[in-house]
Amino acid sequence: MGSITLKNVQKHFGEAKVIPSVDLEIKDGEFVVFVGPSGSGKSTLLRLIAGLEDLTGGTITIDGKDVTDAAPAARGLAMVFQSYALYPHMTVRKNIAFPLKMAKMEQAAIDKKVEAAANVLNLTDYLERRPSQLSGGQRQRVAIGRAIVREPSAFLFDEPLSNLDAALRGTMRLEISDLHNQLKTTMIYVTHDQIEAMTMADKIVVLNRGNIEQVGSPMELYLTPRNLFVAGFIGSPRMNLLTGDYAKAKGATTAGIRPEHLTLSKESGTWKGRVTVAEHLGADTFLHLDVEGIGQMTARASGEFGAHHGDTVYLTPDETRLHRFDDKGLAIKA
Amino acid sequence: MARSVTTGAKIGWSIAAWVVALLIFFPILYAVITSLKTEQEAIAGFSLIPSGTFENYITVQTQRDYFKPFMNSVILSVGSTILALIIAIPSAWAMAFAPTKRTKDILMWMLSTKMMPSVAVLLPIFIIFRTFGLLDSRVGLTIMLTLINLPIVVWMLYTYFREIPGEILEAARMDGASLWKEIVYVLTPMAIPGIASTLLLNIILAWNEAFWTIQLTTTNAAPLTAFIASFSSPQGLFWAKLSAASTMAIAPILILGWFSQKQLVRGLTFGAVK
Repeated sequence: MGSITLKNVQKHFGEAKVIPSVDLEIKDGEFVVFVGPSGSGKSTLLRLIAGLEDLTGGTITIDGKDVTDAAPAARGLAMVFQSYALYPHMTVRKNIAFPLKMAKMEQAAIDKKVEAAANVLNLTDYLERRPSQLSGGQRQRVAIGRAIVREPSAFLFDEPLSNLDAALRGTMRLEISDLHNQLKTTMIYVTHDQIEAMTMADKIVVLNRGNIEQVGSPMELYLTPRNLFVAGFIGSPRMNLLTGDYAKAKGATTAGIRPEHLTLSKESGTWKGRVTVAEHLGADTFLHLDVEGIGQMTARASGEFGAHHGDTVYLTPDETRLHRFDDKGLAIKA
Repeated sequence: MARSVTTGAKIGWSIAAWVVALLIFFPILYAVITSLKTEQEAIAGFSLIPSGTFENYITVQTQRDYFKPFMNSVILSVGSTILALIIAIPSAWAMAFAPTKRTKDILMWMLSTKMMPSVAVLLPIFIIFRTFGLLDSRVGLTIMLTLINLPIVVWMLYTYFREIPGEILEAARMDGASLWKEIVYVLTPMAIPGIASTLLLNIILAWNEAFWTIQLTTTNAAPLTAFIASFSSPQGLFWAKLSAASTMAIAPILILGWFSQKQLVRGLTFGAVK
């Protein structure tokens, strides 16, 4: 079991209210991703749940038990750190066994569990090595192994992939998702990378300046962002946010249209733009355009569209996919 | 672009380095040379060539037993170092990983005690020692040496501990380690190079400490420093014997230093380059 409830959770560092007040419900077995820019308080929130920071106010309950003042180890959670935080003087085997040794488990039982975890994570051949003799991906797997053996009620991941190169990040992303499917244990995952959030989460919590901007499934956030911040943060490339006459005509302060919801043509369209930069990714091409009467916009074209720097391109927005925001930045419901 | 260093410059610098090294080492060397002279040769004037007699060593050993002060030196330096580490490891942990607003002030205050001349507190310390019957006792002197070197030990350990990523200790906490287990199983093994060089340096400092060891002991707890001093006695100057005693006193620590020099240098420059 691993349901976690935060009620009016607050964290101040001196005068700075890093987390003004957060309420959140995490269901057993959910994969929840905290996403937000740096300084949004996502790591602080995770550390509060872990017990590595003391709350300024509010309560945290895990499986109905109040753990607000409980020590980190007493919460039954396991954490994977950004820097892996392996014990450099211990072998992989001893690293993975450490939490079990601390729990005073019998050696035979420890050995069995370590072997099982190593097997799941493809670490069997590396058990006698030190962390310094492992690659980044292997180190990350050891850190995950150390978390698995404790059979925690929930896993906490603090930007675990940000020290890995792009290719490895993709692989590890799949491995962690796969692990979640196998273990079906609650996972809370902190990242600043919205791609990680979109690809892995059952539920995304978008944080900004210590406040929750929106909670929802990846597609909910993509389709119906609650405000300008979420609209701009979720989706890649970013949504085009237009102010001025066009927005006013649609009855909004700001109008948002995603790059993939613009139809491109070389002959005619609603707007006329000039390509400043064309990013060719193969299947897709991202066009950065200078659009007459509007300014900078981004559009997604198919790889075959064939536009280059300086070309003139016509754009037509799919107005059924238009997002409208009021003067407070909140989405206007249709 | 790499700087080109000519062979001539290399030789020049090597010679300069050797000259400086020799200059620093010369007093020790001259003590060794003098110890191999007769008393007449020793006061006769500057000479680098001794007659090569070992008589002084034999006289020193027969007149006063070398073994007892040697054992005292070992007990005092090792004992005070271990005691200092037991106190300093948790203190340095607290200052490195759970600092408060006043931590820097405490560190500075501790260091400031080392800036005070020892003689300034001689009288109060002497009275305290007399009151508690600690004069000329190993226990008393071990405590004294622990206390005077503690600021340096705490400072050194604090510097080493600061290099250890806090996340690793947090991981240990998540893994269910109590504070004590965190220090024993995670922090201490990771800080071994730093702790080892602190230990070695402190043994050397305690071994060579002369002011308090001479002031607070007479015979029973007197270490080698007091042993040397006893040869500059009212009965006259015995330079050759004094030198023989000095040589015997510094030899063990010199040998220890020689074998641990790699560790010492590594420890003292720890963290200088990441």
